[in-house]
Amino acid sequence: MTALLSIQNLTHCFGGLKAVSEFSYEVPEGVIYGLIGPNGSGKTTCFNLITGIYTPTAGKILFNGEEINGLKPFRIVHKGIARTFQNLRIFNNLTVIDNIRVARHFTMKSGIFQTFLRLPSFREEEAKVREEALGLISLMNLSHRATELAKNLPYGELRRLEIARALATKPKLILLDEPAAGMNPKETEDLMKLILRVRDEFKVTIFLIEHHMKFVTGICERVKVIDFGTTIAEGRPEDVVKEPKVLEAYLGRKAVVC
Amino acid sequence: MGTLKKMKLVLAALTFYAVVQVLNLAGILNGYFMVIINRSLIAVIFAVSLNLINGITGQFSLGHMGFAAVGAYVSGTLTTLFFHLNLNHPFDNLGFLAAILLGGLMASLAGFLIGFPSLRLKGDYLAIVTLGFGEIIRTILNNISYVGGPRGLLGIPKFSNFTVIFLFALATIVLIRNLVQSSIGRSMLSIRENELASELVGVDTTRYKVLGFVVGAFFAGIGGGLLAHLLQIAHPTQYGFYASALILIMVYVGGIGSLTGSIIAAFSLTFLTEGLRVGIDWLRDTVGVPIGTEWTMVIYAVLLILIMLFKTEGLMGMREAKILIIKEKEG
Ligand SMILES: Nc1ncnc2c1ncn2[C@@H]1O[C@H](COP(=O)(O)OP(=O)(O)OP(=O)(O)O)[C@@H](O)[C@H]1O
Ligand SMILES: [Mg+2]
Repeated sequence: MTALLSIQNLTHCFGGLKAVSEFSYEVPEGVIYGLIGPNGSGKTTCFNLITGIYTPTAGKILFNGEEINGLKPFRIVHKGIARTFQNLRIFNNLTVIDNIRVARHFTMKSGIFQTFLRLPSFREEEAKVREEALGLISLMNLSHRATELAKNLPYGELRRLEIARALATKPKLILLDEPAAGMNPKETEDLMKLILRVRDEFKVTIFLIEHHMKFVTGICERVKVIDFGTTIAEGRPEDVVKEPKVLEAYLGRKAVVC
Repeated sequence: MGTLKKMKLVLAALTFYAVVQVLNLAGILNGYFMVIINRSLIAVIFAVSLNLINGITGQFSLGHMGFAAVGAYVSGTLTTLFFHLNLNHPFDNLGFLAAILLGGLMASLAGFLIGFPSLRLKGDYLAIVTLGFGEIIRTILNNISYVGGPRGLLGIPKFSNFTVIFLFALATIVLIRNLVQSSIGRSMLSIRENELASELVGVDTTRYKVLGFVVGAFFAGIGGGLLAHLLQIAHPTQYGFYASALILIMVYVGGIGSLTGSIIAAFSLTFLTEGLRVGIDWLRDTVGVPIGTEWTMVIYAVLLILIMLFKTEGLMGMREAKILIIKEKEG
């Protein structure tokens, strides 16, 4: 069986800087895989390449066996890849439920005339999407916030909202860019449970970037470590973190390790 | 009861209509006053439709009245030059309506033609292109002698009246409100909020930006047609940068993204413009201060600066009046 996501020799340059170099990875369906590496090692750039924000300088990205590099980002979402952002990108002046409903839009059929006239077919579709959105909101423990403007939510809830919004696109693969960033140990623990639950309930494959080692070893089946855009290790997280190259990459860069 | 609640907006509008009509028939509102009310309602059409582009979709158009010009000249040419429609023929009213709608459609075509290539541009560049568009339309009209050139298109029959303008303004508000509070509208809003995130939840952002322009231009074209058939003239200077800027100021004063704000600002600023005009005429003719009507723009510039300093969000911010919000079922 071919992998759900197959990345082959991906390279990306920003001017003279090679941010990602010869990156390859096979992500099978149903797994939770990780991507780790020191700051500035090219992890987010990888996600940006997969989601079509950048077009790779070289290499190929196959999703379900189909080449997706070069497609516009929204088309890649339609194919079944969703993501969250390292620095939140929330629709601040929309309510929580509207943040989520936007992500259902591309599956909806009502055209402009049904919308102008609020025809029965339009209302039915809107009602259905509203129900689905409320379902996701409740799964993410955000029911008390449904009609609140997103900008009024605390940080931890915004992180969950972004995951809910990504799930609303009904993805086969979800990319999480540092989902536990800025969370305390308790929140991180809850997030791990939530991600496992999401994987099982939505039958979605998860590929994530994370700095929290406990988090990575806790839920990732395999990880890949990159440094300066180049792969330096791959395998089970508990093995990988012991590799000298990995230790060196992390220690060499960050003088203070807690 | 339930349906009555849903009809609140229409009820409020009809009350407004009835009050104005009664005052008019009773002779309390004279013809001059009715003209200002009609102009306010047309300004509502312009401001609400520009808000769809600038406020809801988050683009920046500086040439909105260029679309109005297309509507004015297309409908005016049809009723006046092509078909010589006459107020005394009852069927000609239908011809007038058809001409207004056709004017709107041609304006939306213009919206598509300028939107499609230029919406890949961002911010300032888009502003410059739309500004250029408005000026090009004005220059073209100035040079087509068939539609009167710099003299303007004269002798347009006065088909627009309070009832017709009121109905079109109400329709504009209801339809754009329905659009904004829908899945399509939320996609447009998401572009304003964060274009990259919008694209990454599957929104074809270019398509919805163009749609914003097309719909906004359509209603601007309708407004232009109504204006031409109210004033009985379409003149290039009515649709230049000055006019577009005035609508833009209405949208900002009312609150970018608030249809309610645009409606309030359209009325207030239309009345203010008229008041200033009267005041300036008085100062010049009676008191002898040598100033002209161009000073209204100076006063608006000051108003805009004050808004930017003290109430950045405009009167309403992004809020809507309750009667403009479509209630969703609880549950
Ligand atoms: N748009 C861009 N233009 C130029 N250089 C960029 C751009 N985006 C990222 N870079 C550079 O590419 C390198 C990789 O950045 P990237 O954001 O992918 O790192 P990262 O692994 O996600 O780091 P972090 O852990 O801090 O999030 C960095 O040196 C960064 O400065
Ligand atoms: Mg990063």
